[in-house]
Amino acid sequence: MDIERLNKILAVFEGERGGLISILQRVQEEFGYLPEAALSLIADFLKLPPSQVFSVATFYDHFYLTRRGDHLVSVCQGTACHVLGARDILETAENCLGIKTGQTSSDYKYSLERVACLGSCALAPVVLVDDEVHSKMTVRKVKKILTEDLDDTETRT
Amino acid sequence: MEKSISIQSLEDYKIGSVESLRLLRETIFADQQTTGKLVSVCCGSGCMSSGSEHVRDAFVRKIKDHELEDEITVKKTGCHGFCERGPIVVAGPEKIFYQHVTKEDVPEIISETLIENRVVERLLYEDPVTGQKCFHENDIPFYQKQRRIVLKNCGIIDPTSIEDYIKVDGFRALAKIISQMTPEGVIEEIKLSGLRGRGGAGFPAGIKWETARNAPGEEKYIICNGDEGDPGAFMDRSVMEGDPYSVLEGMMIAGYAVGASQGIIYVRAEYPLAVHHLSTAIARATDMRLLGHNIMGTGFNFEIKIVKGAGAFVCGEETALIASIEGKSGRPKPKPPFPAIQGLWGKPTIINNVETLANVSRIALNGGKWYSEIGTPTDKGTKIFSLVGKVRNVGLVEVEMGTTLREIIFDIGGGIPKGKRFKAVQTGGPSGGCIPEELLDLPVGYESLAKAGSIIGSGGMLVMDEDTCIVNIARYFLDFAQNESCGQCTPCRLGTKQMFKILQDITRGRGKPGDIEILLELSDAVKQASICGLGMTVPNPVISTIQYFRKEYEEHIHERRCQALVCRSLIFYRIKDYRCKACLKCLQACPVDAIIGAKWQVHEIDQSKCIKCGTCMEVCPKRFNAVECVTGLTEVLRDQSE
Ligand SMILES: Cc1cc2nc3c(=O)[nH]c(=O)nc-3n(C[C@H](O)[C@H](O)[C@H](O)COP(=O)(O)O)c2cc1C
Ligand code: SF4
Ligand code: SF4
Ligand code: FES
Repeated sequence: MDIERLNKILAVFEGERGGLISILQRVQEEFGYLPEAALSLIADFLKLPPSQVFSVATFYDHFYLTRRGDHLVSVCQGTACHVLGARDILETAENCLGIKTGQTSSDYKYSLERVACLGSCALAPVVLVDDEVHSKMTVRKVKKILTEDLDDTETRT
Repeated sequence: MEKSISIQSLEDYKIGSVESLRLLRETIFADQQTTGKLVSVCCGSGCMSSGSEHVRDAFVRKIKDHELEDEITVKKTGCHGFCERGPIVVAGPEKIFYQHVTKEDVPEIISETLIENRVVERLLYEDPVTGQKCFHENDIPFYQKQRRIVLKNCGIIDPTSIEDYIKVDGFRALAKIISQMTPEGVIEEIKLSGLRGRGGAGFPAGIKWETARNAPGEEKYIICNGDEGDPGAFMDRSVMEGDPYSVLEGMMIAGYAVGASQGIIYVRAEYPLAVHHLSTAIARATDMRLLGHNIMGTGFNFEIKIVKGAGAFVCGEETALIASIEGKSGRPKPKPPFPAIQGLWGKPTIINNVETLANVSRIALNGGKWYSEIGTPTDKGTKIFSLVGKVRNVGLVEVEMGTTLREIIFDIGGGIPKGKRFKAVQTGGPSGGCIPEELLDLPVGYESLAKAGSIIGSGGMLVMDEDTCIVNIARYFLDFAQNESCGQCTPCRLGTKQMFKILQDITRGRGKPGDIEILLELSDAVKQASICGLGMTVPNPVISTIQYFRKEYEEHIHERRCQALVCRSLIFYRIKDYRCKACLKCLQACPVDAIIGAKWQVHEIDQSKCIKCGTCMEVCPKRFNAVECVTGLTEVLRDQSE
């Protein structure tokens, strides 16, 4: 882990009250996850016991302590999506990517997640791939997105 | 004293007094009278994911190509609430409402509607009942029974433009209040209005404000709760994205009333566009000196910052939310002390929901009495519902309190699609309950829904048809609850897990006699012995479904039957040998090769391999109709005896 980069982030929060969660969010934005070494340094910076920093980092669903895939696939399991077949969509995504929900593929290409409502319920079922919302999903459409389309972006970049 | 402002200098115009706000509004009005035609493209999250940005870009490009920039202005607006029909475009002086617009439609809208003043018929909304084409938003039945007070600006103004907001009376309420009213006077107005919290609990806003005003201490806080955790509700998102200045103005009025000079908006991290629009609004308002020190020269100070959530449903609970802002794990605390007395950093703190705060400027401008006359004698004002699930017109609807569920689902929502039957409506999300068909004429209100075993809650409204399994829905909500319990109260942590396990067993064909009674006992225990609203309410979906749909539970348990054909362990697919034409279609489509057969040989499903995906039924040609899906013990027995 690049300590320079971490220190730069921390400097911005100098003197701010209650900044732990915002700091963790910024650090995760920078590194993609929360490396263990960073957590200890954050604890030092805030003069908090490391246990408190770890406890916060594990309490919230958005913080990851391990490296994530390059692409994040989130399948909505909110109420509206659920009644329109979100469970089948999630299972299809698991099959396509060859990983279970919550896992990251061994080549660090994909991570698969379930989320509770993306606020696009009118377009349920919804799948979020990185920043892009795919609406009114069907088993066939997800298959296409997760096999063909992702490979396309792969070859383009 | 200044008399007029040139539009060029608007960029760095500062509002130093109530008078200069009025002047600015008049200038904007005069300017927009002279500018030409307008085309508004919805850029709310819903329409964006249907591609509205491409539509907007196409308008900008085409208008430039034709050198029409001086005559036609392209505006992006927030959500119209009818997201399913997106992208939505409103064009020309007649405000023609176009739906499902693609970038290919853009040249035609420009040449026909914007230049020639004609209508592009094929892009109009057609009433599925009467077949009538609707020209304007207000002609559409979806909007006719709505009363838009909170959503009045959504879909009309550009949410990133402070000028647009000022034009529709923005900050007028604030100006009136800080220059003419005492804080006590403001609280009286809010009390008179009868406004109750829209975040779930329905606590009277005026009383909360009064408590915080009277609490000792110099430093006080206003927190706007934009955590919107109820999975299936998205009204707060729409307001924050589509009308962010109304949220700021509501917070400022609250700040003046209780004597606070700092505000915090806590937004779910899943709502990046809301964060973006709110930050822009804060920055613009600060630039114009509408936020900051000595606002409009009245001596009132107020500043606002944004805190992003980190993905914990329980952080929507007010004490957990405060802990989260303080940088701790979001675990609720027992109340009292209430936040209005001891909140953020131990100081008196008002926490109000986004929708509650968006109501405030409307009330302040038109008076508490005006608001109290909307709705019913017991429930004042309007409520936004997010109408989702098995209903034709999915979207956000704002109705007067007292509107019946039937009006919302059938008149506004257009009823159940695909000729299916209505079964139940779930209101209030994980804390609410299911309401059956017999009670559809119930008017919505805090007490009326509570009496029926549900709540208004944050306004989620999930419509279910005959293909929705009630036990599966109860299992779904308990799965959510056991995942989101913060774990500090044993009954909540273990009780919800146990309830989930029983419900899962029932849906998997392992239900036992007595399960229903155990579920009810556990519900009671969890409700009684939990410290926060989560534990106190999450058994509701189970209790209400047992109350109204006990028979369906019993069928699952005793007959291994799921009449909605949802619970996979209780259904199976089979091929009717007398109808099968051995066409190989299903055999080839089955993802796990569970179908035995060949050309000239009637097909059969190997039940030990079948994963019940339903593909075979989908691909079997309609004229053969050879695959059926069955459920129940009797069916199994019949099959085995054959
Ligand atoms: C588990 C739980 C989750 C909650 N989530 C939210 C939420 O997402 N948004 C919200 O405004 N209120 C939520 N509330 C209610 C808040 O605790 C609080 O009552 C509300 O924000 C007060 O604002 P109001 O009086 O304007 O409704 C939640 C309550 C509980 C118990
Ligand atoms: S009731 Fe549940 S969620 Fe609420 S504090 Fe207790 S354990 Fe946590
Ligand atoms: S339901 Fe699916 S798995 Fe079972 S036989 Fe039909 S196609 Fe194959
Ligand atoms: S339930 Fe999936 S977006 Fe709301």
